[in-house]
Amino acid sequence: MDWFENGGALSLIVFLPVIGAMVLLAIPKANETAIKAWALFVSLVTFIVSVGVAAAFDFGDTSRFQFAVDRSWIAAIGARYHVGVDGISLPLLALSTFLVVLSIVYSWNHWDEPRNPKGFLALLLILATGMNGTFVALDLVLFFIFFELVLVPMYFMIGIWGDKTPRTIPGFSRQIETRLYAAIKFFIFTLFGSAFMLLGFLALYFRSGPANGGTRTFDIPTLIDLGAQGAFTGRFAWLVFGAMFLGFAVKVPMWPFHTWLPDAHTAAPTVGSVLLAAILLKLGSYGFVRISIPILPETAKIWAPAIAILAVIGIIYGSLACLAQTDMKRLIAFSSVGHMGFVMLGIATLTDVGINAAIIGMVAHGLITGLLFFLAGSLSHRYHTREMARLGGNLKLMPILGGIFGFTAFASLGLPGLAGFWGEFMALLGSYNPLSGLSLGVFRTSMVLGAIGTVLTAGYMLWMLQKVNLGEPKEEWAGHTFHDVDRYELMAWAPLIVLIVAVGVFPRLVLGATTEAVTSLVARAFGA
Amino acid sequence: MEIDYLALSPELTVAATLVGVLALDLAVPRRLKFLTAVVAIVGVSFAALPLVVMAVRGFDRVLFSGSFVVDDFALVLKGLFIVGAYLVLLMSVSYIEGDRYYQGEYYFLILSSLLGSLVMASARDLIVLFVGLELVTGPLFLLTGWRKGDVKSNESSLKFFIIGVLSTAILLYGMSMLYGLTGSVVFVDIAAAAPSLVREPAFVLATLFCFIGFGFKVSAVPFHFWAPDTYEGAPTPVTAYLSVNSAASGFVGLLVLAYLALPGAAQIWAPAIWVLSALSMTVGNLSALRQSNIVRLLAYSSIAQAGFMLVPFAAAAVAGTDLGEAFSATVVYLVIYALMNLGAFAVVIAAMKKTGTGDLDGWAGLGSYDSRLGVMASVFFLSLAGLPPLAGWFAKFVMFRSVIVAGGVTTVVLAVIAAVNAVIAFYYYARVVKAVWFDPAPAVVIGDRHAKTSGSLVLAMTIAVVVTLIVGVFPQLSAVFGEATRVVVAGG
Repeated sequence: MDWFENGGALSLIVFLPVIGAMVLLAIPKANETAIKAWALFVSLVTFIVSVGVAAAFDFGDTSRFQFAVDRSWIAAIGARYHVGVDGISLPLLALSTFLVVLSIVYSWNHWDEPRNPKGFLALLLILATGMNGTFVALDLVLFFIFFELVLVPMYFMIGIWGDKTPRTIPGFSRQIETRLYAAIKFFIFTLFGSAFMLLGFLALYFRSGPANGGTRTFDIPTLIDLGAQGAFTGRFAWLVFGAMFLGFAVKVPMWPFHTWLPDAHTAAPTVGSVLLAAILLKLGSYGFVRISIPILPETAKIWAPAIAILAVIGIIYGSLACLAQTDMKRLIAFSSVGHMGFVMLGIATLTDVGINAAIIGMVAHGLITGLLFFLAGSLSHRYHTREMARLGGNLKLMPILGGIFGFTAFASLGLPGLAGFWGEFMALLGSYNPLSGLSLGVFRTSMVLGAIGTVLTAGYMLWMLQKVNLGEPKEEWAGHTFHDVDRYELMAWAPLIVLIVAVGVFPRLVLGATTEAVTSLVARAFGA
Repeated sequence: MEIDYLALSPELTVAATLVGVLALDLAVPRRLKFLTAVVAIVGVSFAALPLVVMAVRGFDRVLFSGSFVVDDFALVLKGLFIVGAYLVLLMSVSYIEGDRYYQGEYYFLILSSLLGSLVMASARDLIVLFVGLELVTGPLFLLTGWRKGDVKSNESSLKFFIIGVLSTAILLYGMSMLYGLTGSVVFVDIAAAAPSLVREPAFVLATLFCFIGFGFKVSAVPFHFWAPDTYEGAPTPVTAYLSVNSAASGFVGLLVLAYLALPGAAQIWAPAIWVLSALSMTVGNLSALRQSNIVRLLAYSSIAQAGFMLVPFAAAAVAGTDLGEAFSATVVYLVIYALMNLGAFAVVIAAMKKTGTGDLDGWAGLGSYDSRLGVMASVFFLSLAGLPPLAGWFAKFVMFRSVIVAGGVTTVVLAVIAAVNAVIAFYYYARVVKAVWFDPAPAVVIGDRHAKTSGSLVLAMTIAVVVTLIVGVFPQLSAVFGEATRVVVAGG
């Protein structure tokens, strides 16, 4: 099993989906079952390989990049094919491969118009390559490629299968379908950020020469070493951090760069929303943990209070915006702004508690909000509306679906014993006691405001439950028969429910992998 | 004088082919005129062979006392010109056959223009450079007006001619002053004399004139006004040739003039090109946003892309002695741009036949009735936008790299301008993708949805798409060209 250890496994996880997509294109369109079965098979194999990686992973040494391979790729610019996983990326990688499988299972008999499973699944598999690749890339150029690769399939998913309701955009007289507006907005925002991120990467490369014995490098572990030795400082580092901040903050998204999110999440087809929320947002916060902070530790200290303040604004603003929504899916979308605010608050503390909180928060948010979007998709599939004013009494009409919806909403508001609790709790804990040298005033105020945010979160989640699940069904649904969850839905959701409980009662599932890796990251960047 | 025939064999092959095409055109009856296309395509293919031989051998020759040089830079650019012309010829076959007249002459003129480009790539003195440039442009005056019955084609040709003559006059004036001041037409001698002349007003003027002359050729803002109208009116394969081979010839002129003849005068031309570059990117992109016609959109896109290609020049001034970085960045950009842009034009030709219109609204739903063409369109236009893993990303990457590595404040500002422009550009490239995939097909279509795309056009698209994908994933394949040419500057 040498090849498995020496990069074969990770390369398989990254490239199997895209190769699967190419093969998929060769299957005739009419043979839908073969197309679905093939896509499921490819995603399952990818997932199984990632389970194999987790099983063979040395949890005694989680700060080391394992299963690594480092080969020449673009010699002319010194970019290398360098991939590997450590304790920080492993949970996210597993989450990503797993959710793709669930998405395909769910898709089995849930298609948004205009159907076309072949095109949709091909895009989904390409998306999987981009997501998995970002989590294992250890070279800035490689990271950039995968980070960008994610955009194209998602753009097509939103643009083709997205919400076709016409809407008026402020400043334009003509009406435009929501999907068209949301797709291009999503793309332009992210591209704007990543263009600057690339400039930041190039600047790091440019400066890495003198400190690295004359060889410029894009290699992330090498750059982390250089960063820890203080190779990047001063105004240069401040600008580079800012450039990368733009790229990652748009992706997270942090307030005030979040405006693409409600549109994209609401307009995307169900599976698109699920993956957007569960994985794509994490690419941004992962970027902070993997690249910005360890490579530019001193500058991170300067930026941390600003990040914390923006994060808290995101928490409060996201929660308040949720309370103003009438559209169920849009409410869930805005809740992501708040939840990712907690993740970013955790990262901003620059402590091991905070960064651990961020990672478990990312995983929990991926599980919970992923499930919420599945549910929202299934609900609107049945009611043909997402207007909460028209819904109500869902528990009476569809007891099982309503029950799962209730469970997930409670998980989302951070009920202790479920996955969502740990991220929020530990982020607040971390911000009580941030890295020494950071302003206690800013972080403790953030903690208080974040705590208020958790109350608001509970408020809007319960409000949504009340509107959708409780009460009596509206008159317009009298006489309708609704079919409760079908087996594909159950197969896609049951694992998520189990994991939400499992991570909730046994957070070591995630923290066991991350703790040592995070501690060593913090120790290396800021001294023990 | 001993003549090295191997070194000249690409030019000789093309010259023989064009004479052959002309003779064949006289000899065969009308129904066999397609043979002229076959001969042209085969001849161009053969012209590539000696390039491969020379590249493998590591061939470096200096002919005609330094006026004509075959080095790695010349080989790379000749390869680019030949592949470009090859693809344009493939695109032309069914298009020109459909027009039913002047087939033989058409191929003759394309080959003549190609011959000029080949000469330019080797030119190392002002006279050879100028003669090559005129040979590139002259046939194109005729070709842009090829559709005699079409008013737009006439307008296109006339505009191109007037601007072409004007730019030639400016260029020639600049060159004559350079000769007068330095006493030589050979680049090496000019380069030697330049440093002592940079404070001379006449020398500054001469340098700027030369760059303005080529600025017209590469349609850099503010010398771009001819491009949109000429592009729109000309037959589409000719437009493709204009935006790739002809523009690339302009860039070859700029490259050799800037880096081989006037590297010592970088403080004069680099700021000027900084302005040209920033203007071209911004004006080109912003104007492209408003276009509804696909060819005009590509015209403005070409202007903007020219701006991106000029970015490394501006960095050269700050870079000081290490000009190789900037030089090779432009070469790599040029190579990648040529392939994806030709692919885009091939898609335009195929799609115009199906949709019956060059209007972007008429392209709505193209993907729903021809998904293959839809995929091709997406690949080329998204590659032009610079999205990984399509080849365009690497072009943008080396461009950004050259400015950041140069590391001055002005270059970083230019990098930021370029970054913002890359985002703007995405919007209009995405509009094409949106029309093809997101918009529903109109009920009534002017063209023939089931029209068969000709084999040669499919071949052209396939070549371009394969290269776009492979280079996107393994950019090293294109980077070697840049690396090879870097030596030319370092050595000179």
